[in-house]
Amino acid sequence: MQLFVVQLLSGLASAASLFLVASGLSLIFGVTRIVNFAHGAFFMLGAYLAFTLTERFSGPLGFWGSMALAAVLVGLLGALFEMLLLRRIYRAPELFQLLATFGATLVVEDVVLLIWGPEELLGPRAPGLAGAVEVIGKRVPSYDVFLILLGPLVLALLWLILHRTRWGVLVRAATQDRDMVAALGVNQKWLFTGVFALGTFLAGLGGALQAPREAADHTMDLRIIIEIFVVVVIGGLGSIEGAFVAAILVSVLNAFGILIVPKISLVLVFLLMAIVLVIRPTGLFGRREGAARMSGAVVINVWKPLDLDGFVIALALVAAAALAPLALGPYGLAVATEIAIFVLFAASLHLLVSVGGLASFGHAAFLGLGSYGAALAMKLAGSPMLPALVAGPLLAAFGAAVIGWFVVRLSGVYAAMLTLAFAQILWSIAFQWTPVTGGDNGLLGIWPPPWAASASHFYWLTLALVVLAVAGLRMIIFSPFGYALRAARDSDLRSEAIGIDRRRVQWRAFVIAGAGAGLAGALFAFLKGSVFPGAMSVSTSIDGLVMVLLGGVETVSGPIVGAVVYKLLSIWLVSHTDYSKLVLGLVIIGLVLLFPKGIAGSILLPRLRRVATAREKAAT
Amino acid sequence: MIENGLKSLIAIAAALTMFASARADDIKIGEINSYSALPQFTVPYRKGWQLAIDEINAKGGVDGKKLVVISKDDSGKPANAVTAANELVSNEGVALLAGTFFSNIGLAVADFAAQKKVLFVAGEPLTDAITWSKGNRYTFRLRPSNYEQAAMLAEEAAKLPAKRWATIAPNYEYGQSAVSVFKKLLSAKRPDVKWVAEQWPPEGKIDAGAVLEAIDAAKPDAILNVEFGPDLVKLVREGDTRGTFQHRSVVSFLTGEPEYLDPLKSEAPQGWIVTGYPWYDIKTPEHEAFLKAYQDKYHDYPRLGSVVGYSLMKGIAAILAKAGSTDTDKMIAAAEGVSFDTPFGPVTFRAIDHQSTMGAFVGKTALKDGKAVMVDAVYRKGSDYMPSDEEVRKLRPRN
Repeated sequence: MQLFVVQLLSGLASAASLFLVASGLSLIFGVTRIVNFAHGAFFMLGAYLAFTLTERFSGPLGFWGSMALAAVLVGLLGALFEMLLLRRIYRAPELFQLLATFGATLVVEDVVLLIWGPEELLGPRAPGLAGAVEVIGKRVPSYDVFLILLGPLVLALLWLILHRTRWGVLVRAATQDRDMVAALGVNQKWLFTGVFALGTFLAGLGGALQAPREAADHTMDLRIIIEIFVVVVIGGLGSIEGAFVAAILVSVLNAFGILIVPKISLVLVFLLMAIVLVIRPTGLFGRREGAARMSGAVVINVWKPLDLDGFVIALALVAAAALAPLALGPYGLAVATEIAIFVLFAASLHLLVSVGGLASFGHAAFLGLGSYGAALAMKLAGSPMLPALVAGPLLAAFGAAVIGWFVVRLSGVYAAMLTLAFAQILWSIAFQWTPVTGGDNGLLGIWPPPWAASASHFYWLTLALVVLAVAGLRMIIFSPFGYALRAARDSDLRSEAIGIDRRRVQWRAFVIAGAGAGLAGALFAFLKGSVFPGAMSVSTSIDGLVMVLLGGVETVSGPIVGAVVYKLLSIWLVSHTDYSKLVLGLVIIGLVLLFPKGIAGSILLPRLRRVATAREKAAT
Repeated sequence: MIENGLKSLIAIAAALTMFASARADDIKIGEINSYSALPQFTVPYRKGWQLAIDEINAKGGVDGKKLVVISKDDSGKPANAVTAANELVSNEGVALLAGTFFSNIGLAVADFAAQKKVLFVAGEPLTDAITWSKGNRYTFRLRPSNYEQAAMLAEEAAKLPAKRWATIAPNYEYGQSAVSVFKKLLSAKRPDVKWVAEQWPPEGKIDAGAVLEAIDAAKPDAILNVEFGPDLVKLVREGDTRGTFQHRSVVSFLTGEPEYLDPLKSEAPQGWIVTGYPWYDIKTPEHEAFLKAYQDKYHDYPRLGSVVGYSLMKGIAAILAKAGSTDTDKMIAAAEGVSFDTPFGPVTFRAIDHQSTMGAFVGKTALKDGKAVMVDAVYRKGSDYMPSDEEVRKLRPRN
C-alpha cells in the first residue's frame, strides 16, 4: 500500500512536466498542422536558460523569476522561429515543415554545446522545496508535490484561455477548420505566431521546471521529443485534456511497470500507444481530422513516365555511376555504395509517403529487419551472401505485412506514429534479445565473400540491385496499381466509388516498400560488416523522411536527389567539421527556404513544365 | 560564456580550413571517437592525446619520424565509425587505428580491423567481449575492462557486512555485464549474500523516483549502481531527497571519475565505494609530471578521458618504436608484451588477450570544501583482477 501510493505520486510528478511540454506540442499541431520536431530543442533551451538564470539570481524571487523568464525567453525564440522560417513555408507540401524544425533541432544541439560547454549542468534546488514531506511514512520530495499540483493548475489555465477568451475561441476554431477561420477574415499569421509562442513557452517552462530535478545536457531534447509525441498522439492531436490524461497514463504506467517487469520500461510507452491507436484510431480524445482542403495555390503536378529524352538521361546517369570505380578509391566507393543503398531506402519510403500518402516515422524498421534478416541467415543458417540478400527483404516484407495491416486502418499523423511505435518495439526486441541479435553489441562479421569483397565489386553489385529495385518501384508507380494508390491518396471517397479498396491497396504498398527497404538494409549489413539496433532507430527513420522531403514530395525522382544530397552532405560534414550538426542544420534550413518544393521539385519541375509547354506549342 | 562561444567559433573555422598536414615520412595514426555525441568525455580525451603527441614529436618522434593523428568523429554510431575507419585506412593510408568510446563502436571497428588486417588500439570501450569472446589478433585495449572493475569493486563489497543487495544499472550490454560479473564475483566470495531487487532503467531516461522506491521496497542493506552521466545526477539528487541511500552501503561503477563526479558538485554522495580518478591526490612522479604538463598547456585539470587519450598515444608510440616498422604483423608482434609509461605508471599489453595491465583507483566519495572528491583512493593494477590464464584462453576464440 505504501509502495503503491509512493509510486503513484512519483508517476504523477513525472506526468506534470511531460504534460507541460506535450500540451504545447499538441496546441501547435492542432492549429498549424506542423509536426514540430524542434519542440524538444525548445524544452532543452528552457532547461539551460533556467540553469544560467538561477545561477545568477539567487533567493526565492530570483529562482521563480528565473523560471518564468526562461520560459518567456523560449516563447519569444519560438515566435521568432515561426515568423522568420515557418511562415515562409506554410504553403509547402504537408510534412515539409518537419524539415525546417529538424534543421533547427540540429542547430540548437550544437549551439547549446558552444554556449554552455559539454559538461552536465546541475542547477540549484528550488528554494523552499528542497526537502521532502512525509506521506504515510515515506519521504516524497516537496518539489514533486509542487509539480503534482502544478499540472492541473496549468491545465485549468489553458482551459480558461481556450474557452473564455476570444483568442482561445479562434484557436479552437482553427484547430477544427483553419480554412474556415481564414475565410471569416481572421488574420491567420498572428494566430499561428501566437500559438507557436504559447506552445514553445510551455516547452520552455517544462524544461525550466525540470532543471531542479535533473542536469541540463545536450541530448535532453532527443530524450524527450519521442515521448511527448507519444503522449500527444495517445491523448489525441490538438487536445489539451487528452495530453493531460495521456501524460498521467504514460508516467503512472511507467512507475508501476518497473515494479513488475523492470526491463520493460524501454518499450512500455510504445506498446501502450500501439494498443490505444489500434482500438481508438484518433487517440483518446482526438477527433477525426477534417478532410484537408486543397488550397488553390497548390499546383498538382501530373506525374509522367520517362519519355525518350528522360530515359536516355537516366541511362546515361546509371552508366556514369557504373564507371565510378575508374575514378574513386575504396573509400569513395564505400561512400558511393552507402549513398546507393540510401537511394533505395528513400525511394521505398517515397512509395508510401508521396505515392500512397501514408507518412511514416518508422520506416527504419524495415531497413533494420532487412539487415537482421540477412545477418541472421548468415549467422544462424550459415547461408552465403546471395541467399542472405533474399532473406533480408523477405523478413522485412513479412514485417511490413503485419505492421501495414494495422497502420492502413489509421490516417495522417496517427498512422505515422503507429509506424514509429512498431519500429520502437522492433528496436527494443533487437536491443534486448541478446542471444539472437547480440543486443546493443550487435552482430559482427557480416562481410561479403571474397568474390564480392573488393570495394568495386560490392559497389557494382549494390548499384545493379538498387537500379533494378528503383526502376521496379518506378514501374509500380505508373502501373494500374500505382494509379489506384494515388487515387486512394487523393480521394478516399471517389476511389471507393470506382471500386478501389483503399486499405488493400495501401497494405500492398506497405509490403512492397518494406521489401525495398529490406533489400537496402541487407546490403547495408554487408557494407558495414555488422548490424546494430541503431539501424532501426528513430534517427534512421527521420533521415529517410528528410531525404524524401529534401528531394521533393511532389516528384517521382525526388527521393533519389534527396538521398544523394543528404547522405553526401552528412558524410562529408562529419568527416570534415567538428560541428557537423550545426552546419547540416543550417544547410537544411537554407535548402528549405530556397527550395520550398524540395530540390528536385523546385529545380526540375518548372523546367519540365517549360519543356512540355514548349512542345505543346510546337505541336499546335 | 560568450568568450567560450567565440573560441569555439574560431575552432570551427580552424577545423573547416585547416587539415592535418602530413608529410610522406610521417607516421599517420587514424583516430576515431564520439566527439559530437559525447563531448564531456572526448574534449578532455582529445587534449590528452594532443599533449602526448606534442611530447613525443618534441623528442624527435619515433625513429626520427613525426607522429600525425588524423581524427574523425563517429557521432556515436557504429555504422559511421566503420565509414570513418574506411576513410582513414583507404584514403588517408594510416598505419593503424585507435580510439573509440562506446562498446558497440569499439566492437564494430575491431571487426573492421580484423577484416582489413589493420592494427586497432581501443582506448575506452569497456566491454569484455572486445578482448575475450569477440577478441581478434588485430585488436588491443587500454582501459581496464568491465570485468576488472567489477572484480575490484566486488573485493571491497565483500568486506562490507551487507547481506541483502540490490542493483541499478542501465539496460544495455555495459550495465548487464557489469551487474552479472559483480554478482558472480561477490557471491563467490560471500555465499551468504542475497540479491533482492534489480532495476534496469533505459539509458538516459531513468525515472529516478520510481526506480528508487522500487529498490527501497526490497529493503536492501547495500546497493550496486552502474548509472553514470545525466542518469546518475538524477538518481543522486532524488535519492538524497528521499533518503534512499541513508544507512546503506553503495558500491558504484565509474562514479569517482571527474567526468561523472564533478557535475554533482556539493550534492555528491558521501561514502560510496567507487572506481575513478582522483587527480588531486595522486602523488607519484609520473602523474605529477603529467598533471603539470597538462595544466601548463590547457589551464584546466585533467579528466580520466585525458589520461586515456594521453596513455593511448604513449602506448602506440611504444608499439611503433619496438616494431621499427608500420607493417601490421610486425606491429602486432611488437604490441604483445610491450611496456610503456602512463600517468598511472608502467603498463603492458598482455600477449594472452591483448588487454593492457592499466588499472583503476578504488576509493570513497566525499566532500571537500564543497566539492565532490574521491578519498582513500588506492591504485589497483588491472592484471591482478583477471581470471587465470587458462580461463582467459578459454574465453578467447582461437584464430
